[in-house]
Amino acid sequence: MHRKRNEILKQIGLHVFLILILLLVMFPILWIFSLAVDPRNIDKPLELTLIPPGASLAAFRRVLLEPWQLLCRNPNDPSSCMTFLLLLKNSLIVALGTSLIAVLLGASAAYAFSRFNFIGRQAGMMGFIVLLMLPASATLAPLFVLLSQIRIGDESLRLTLVGLMLAYGSGTLPLAIWNLKGYFDTVPKELEEAARIDGASMAQTFLRIILPLSVPAIAVTILFAFMSGWTEFILAWTFLENPERFTLAMALRSMQGQFATPWSDFAAMSILMSIPIVLLFFALQRYLVSGLTVGGVKG
Amino acid sequence: MAVVEASAPISAATRRDSLLKRVKDSRTAWLYILPAGLVMLVITLLPQLYQVWMSFTDYRINHLRFVLFKPDTWERFAPTFVGLENYVKIVTNDLAIQNYDVWRLLLFNVTWTVVNVIFHVGLGVLIALALNNKELIGKRLYRALFVLPWAVPGYITALTWRNMYDYRFGAFNLLLAEVNSVLGTNLPTDTRWLELTNPPIGGPLSFLPLAFYAVLLANVWLGWPFMMVVATGALQSIPGELYEAASIDGASGWQKLWTITVPLIRPAMVPAIMLGTILTFNQFNVIYFISEGGPFGRTEILITQAFKLVYEQRLYGVAAAFSIVVFFVLLIITLLQNRVTRATEAYYA
Repeated sequence: MHRKRNEILKQIGLHVFLILILLLVMFPILWIFSLAVDPRNIDKPLELTLIPPGASLAAFRRVLLEPWQLLCRNPNDPSSCMTFLLLLKNSLIVALGTSLIAVLLGASAAYAFSRFNFIGRQAGMMGFIVLLMLPASATLAPLFVLLSQIRIGDESLRLTLVGLMLAYGSGTLPLAIWNLKGYFDTVPKELEEAARIDGASMAQTFLRIILPLSVPAIAVTILFAFMSGWTEFILAWTFLENPERFTLAMALRSMQGQFATPWSDFAAMSILMSIPIVLLFFALQRYLVSGLTVGGVKG
Repeated sequence: MAVVEASAPISAATRRDSLLKRVKDSRTAWLYILPAGLVMLVITLLPQLYQVWMSFTDYRINHLRFVLFKPDTWERFAPTFVGLENYVKIVTNDLAIQNYDVWRLLLFNVTWTVVNVIFHVGLGVLIALALNNKELIGKRLYRALFVLPWAVPGYITALTWRNMYDYRFGAFNLLLAEVNSVLGTNLPTDTRWLELTNPPIGGPLSFLPLAFYAVLLANVWLGWPFMMVVATGALQSIPGELYEAASIDGASGWQKLWTITVPLIRPAMVPAIMLGTILTFNQFNVIYFISEGGPFGRTEILITQAFKLVYEQRLYGVAAAFSIVVFFVLLIITLLQNRVTRATEAYYA
């Protein structure tokens, strides 16, 4: 009886602690919601209210339906301006392309690092950590020049969404390879050996045994790559010129005016942009815990 | 992985065979690496090498026209080689930027990283432990909501926090006003969180302005869920029998924490901490968009300073040298960390 009461008290204590943490976690998020439904489009609410007076979804409607006056091919022609759907399309292309590069190229390279004892293996793994530590602040200029030189058809790679995908994909590869290699290491070698005895080739065991068993790590790789493609704007802002190729992240950046920011619109746009990432997090949550093997690294 | 350790004498023929096999294996391995290697070589490695070269030149905006593969641009636009001049200028504080002091930057950057990582790991493990309770109701809901700070794009988080620190209409001052009106207290409601220059804590910590605690709070909010997820994974892999056995032997909760939990989650936490250290050391969004390095550059970190050198001063050469300095500082920190964790590993074994 005494034991049971202790257990109940412990549960209550835990919930109090966790709810406190939850309040701290939710505070900035609720603040954004409150700004987004504020009809005054300002950053100057005079009191703290979750639902401000006259709350409306007007900001969401503006962001979703009205043309983006700052992102037009011809500033005098509203029909040449970007819309939310067009921006969304570009963002999806870039984020999915980045994920594809990270998973396909990353898994292939990680397999080699996990299963072969080849010349340059140690140096390669070390190289990835070094790349993570080298900040890219001054590499924008050389990358700009480099991608301008590579041509696809009649335009340079720098101006295209493919160029962005390659840049983001390359940036996510070191961590992707590191993480995937750690996960592949935990797949028992015996499984492959058995398949090899049955006559499967190296490539077949990779595709049919390793990959299906590594879904959690692949899910985590997709999540990280998608996120970097979805949110990056500094590089995109420097490289792209044609507004028809602009992404949601760039549109959000363009709202940060030098003098005034339409805060309700900005908050609404922020929420809309966060929703896909949050949904992806929730969808992949069960893989997140097991697929994040930065912990599983061995030399 | 060890390369053929000769515990018994191996004949020259077997050795040659194993070398042949390794070369053959290497070829297949490199084939798997080729696509990723090619992309990273062109997109990441070449610009990084270019950056190293830039750091030894006086590269400025007029040299942007210089293109390595176009010889006709060489004569007119090639930057001049200046040797170590950029590096010397960086460490002797000889740069024409306001409030620049490299040693303050370094001290602040290291303090920022250490304090952040301690909070991230501490909170992450603590909350993972709280959620690891079998009977807890609503565990999955808590876990789902707790990853929100990680899931919201960093740039959005940063600008939201900046807005919350607004001294007139930000959420924090409004919250304090609300507290005042409910509890009848008299807390200040016009604190300039990001601009005050006198330090809230004196003594050895007087180099940290209020803005430091403001950006720290934002980054702790942002960073602990990652550590929670890693710790959760590690905790789930500890067999329950260990705790039962310890309970039978009469171990207290505290003892179980230090003799079972901590040593067993260590292998998973150490690499996560190293990764967290690298990412926090170069946490651009939080500093650049919330405090903007202010007041008077006292919350500037190396990476934001390097970014400003490119985007505000257009001093590409100096910025490149800055990046190389950041790299070496990180390398030293990682190597030190590695030594410390290795040493404790031997202690536990």
